[in-house]
Amino acid sequence: MHALIQGLILGVLTGGVYALMASGQTLIFGIMKVVNLAQGAFVIASAYLAFTLFTRFGIDPFLAVLITTPLMFCIGAAGQWLFLRPLRRENAAELSLLVTFALALLIEGILSVTYSTTYRSINTGYANKSFEVAGYTVSAVRLYGFLLSIALLGLLYGVLQKTRFGRAIRATVQNPQSAALLGVDATRVQAYGFGLGISTAAASGSIFGLLYPFQSGSHYDLISRLLSVVVLGGLGSIGGAVLAGIAIGVVSSVAAVLWSPTWSEMSFFVVLLLVLLVRPQGMFGRVERGAV
Amino acid sequence: MTTASMHQSRLVTPAGLTRASAFTALLVALPLVFNAHWMVNLLFFTVLYAAMSVAWNLIGGYAGYPSLGHAAFFGLGAYGVSLVFTGSQVLSNGYEPFLLLPLVGLGAGLIALPIGLIAMRTRADVFAIVTITLLFVAQTLAFNLKGLTGGAQGASVAPPPFRLEIFEQPFYFAAAALLLLAMGLTYLAVRTKIGLALTAIRADEDKARGIGIRTTAVKLMAFSVSVGLVAMAGGIWAYYVGFVYPQFAVDPLLTIAIVLMTFLGGRATLWGPVLGAAILMPAQQLLAYYVGGSRLYLIAYAAIFLLIILLLPRGVLPTVFHRRRLSALAATASQAEAQAVPSTGPEVLRPPTVMASEPSYVQTSAGERR
Repeated sequence: MHALIQGLILGVLTGGVYALMASGQTLIFGIMKVVNLAQGAFVIASAYLAFTLFTRFGIDPFLAVLITTPLMFCIGAAGQWLFLRPLRRENAAELSLLVTFALALLIEGILSVTYSTTYRSINTGYANKSFEVAGYTVSAVRLYGFLLSIALLGLLYGVLQKTRFGRAIRATVQNPQSAALLGVDATRVQAYGFGLGISTAAASGSIFGLLYPFQSGSHYDLISRLLSVVVLGGLGSIGGAVLAGIAIGVVSSVAAVLWSPTWSEMSFFVVLLLVLLVRPQGMFGRVERGAV
Repeated sequence: MTTASMHQSRLVTPAGLTRASAFTALLVALPLVFNAHWMVNLLFFTVLYAAMSVAWNLIGGYAGYPSLGHAAFFGLGAYGVSLVFTGSQVLSNGYEPFLLLPLVGLGAGLIALPIGLIAMRTRADVFAIVTITLLFVAQTLAFNLKGLTGGAQGASVAPPPFRLEIFEQPFYFAAAALLLLAMGLTYLAVRTKIGLALTAIRADEDKARGIGIRTTAVKLMAFSVSVGLVAMAGGIWAYYVGFVYPQFAVDPLLTIAIVLMTFLGGRATLWGPVLGAAILMPAQQLLAYYVGGSRLYLIAYAAIFLLIILLLPRGVLPTVFHRRRLSALAATASQAEAQAVPSTGPEVLRPPTVMASEPSYVQTSAGERR
């Protein structure tokens, strides 16, 4: 029982980080119906950035978020402008899958050239610190990471709900044509929206780098988990992604406790499979004609 | 659908036969003419990938279900062959493994049925996601089911006893036979109602079901055949390389390579994937040869990848056919203008489904029926 609750705590904390990564991905899908296969690669790139900032300049990975987030936003917006915007053709949806996959490869290639392929990890002073709460151990890094993720998710929610830009994004998600008719600059919303989605990778990258050793190929592990989360939550639904992220985090860490860590990976996919059997559109996805 | 292509509903046409036999002759002649080891090796991989691209095209091109999980079945075939090898005393390591391949394909095709049934509850992007997840499931299984796959240590296949001078050739001919089989099946599908059903599904699945096409059955069949063929390719590959590691047997790059080849040559065309493989595979090997040692390979590969998609989003063959059709149309138009005689083409019933929603697709369909 103790181990189970311990696993539960761990799962919620890890799930929060997945929720942040997945929220960006599902936002991107909502805005332009692009499944961003490069999200994991952007997370790893951010982890490397945080690594460099920490080892070279001694900037704490949590503070580095202030630098990496705007950077990732710009890279994301530029990437959209360069590679996705030109795809305004009949099969843009499928082509965009290929483009984002190519982007992931490009990032992986650049990272492995710059950093070689050995595993890196960010070892801060508090890396191994942990708190004891009522007999349960809570790792400091995980707790801070979780809190940061929740704060950023709140910020994302605020941007989407309270700002003009956020309203333009939500309008585009609901109905691109009507939004355009009402004066929303679709090209700009798409570029900035993609940037916004990618910028969530920055903070999650810092946290990921603190939690796990990583190398340039790690994005494959990440992307499969992220995709499970996004589909489970319902493509395009940020709230769904957050819930699904936490749910899957809990399921996999409980599976690791009850069963074995090697197989906890599979729990993502088992959950995904079960959901697809019952509800192909995910927990909070809307059924769109031709989409699901 | 153009009127011309609707008239040619016969399964076997003289032109088709000529093309098929010429291509077969070419496939047979190639390794005999260019018989250097590196050349036959390159030819083997080109033909193997061409076969897989043609197979992918069935479901990803014609039916519009962009599967990113085909590598899972490639791995299935590879491990299937290695398992039967180590598990049975009956099988020797001569030509018998090749005879095993149809069984491997059949088995993979059967396994694909329930998987396809679940995965095809989703469409387009979501289907792509589900299938790419399938790929990672397969990879995790390959790493973790150590009893069957040997885990990260890999599984070995007995070395083939072929003479060194012609070592690659049996594998090449097996791959070539697979390519011909894949193309034959595609041709058969396209020339029969199945092809129409697949295109209708791609154009608008709900409408297709509405007019009475058994969409689920057709989709499942295409998926099953497609991954069955890929599994057979995996089997040949396993016997050729002799060692099956999870990260190479179930490789996301493999999936993406066959998708890219199909897109480059032209989706939903019979020859497009072959052309794509013939261009990309040598390019890939060349790239690996020159920058393979360094990590620049991935960057170069991704750059080529992006260039192809941005510059040739439609693929080579459809672009060519489109141009040709446009110029033909322009010619007839100017002719008609000169003569001022109304066009007298016979009115022919057109299948309504394919006309439905994708005008661009209809434009290129003249080429697709070749």
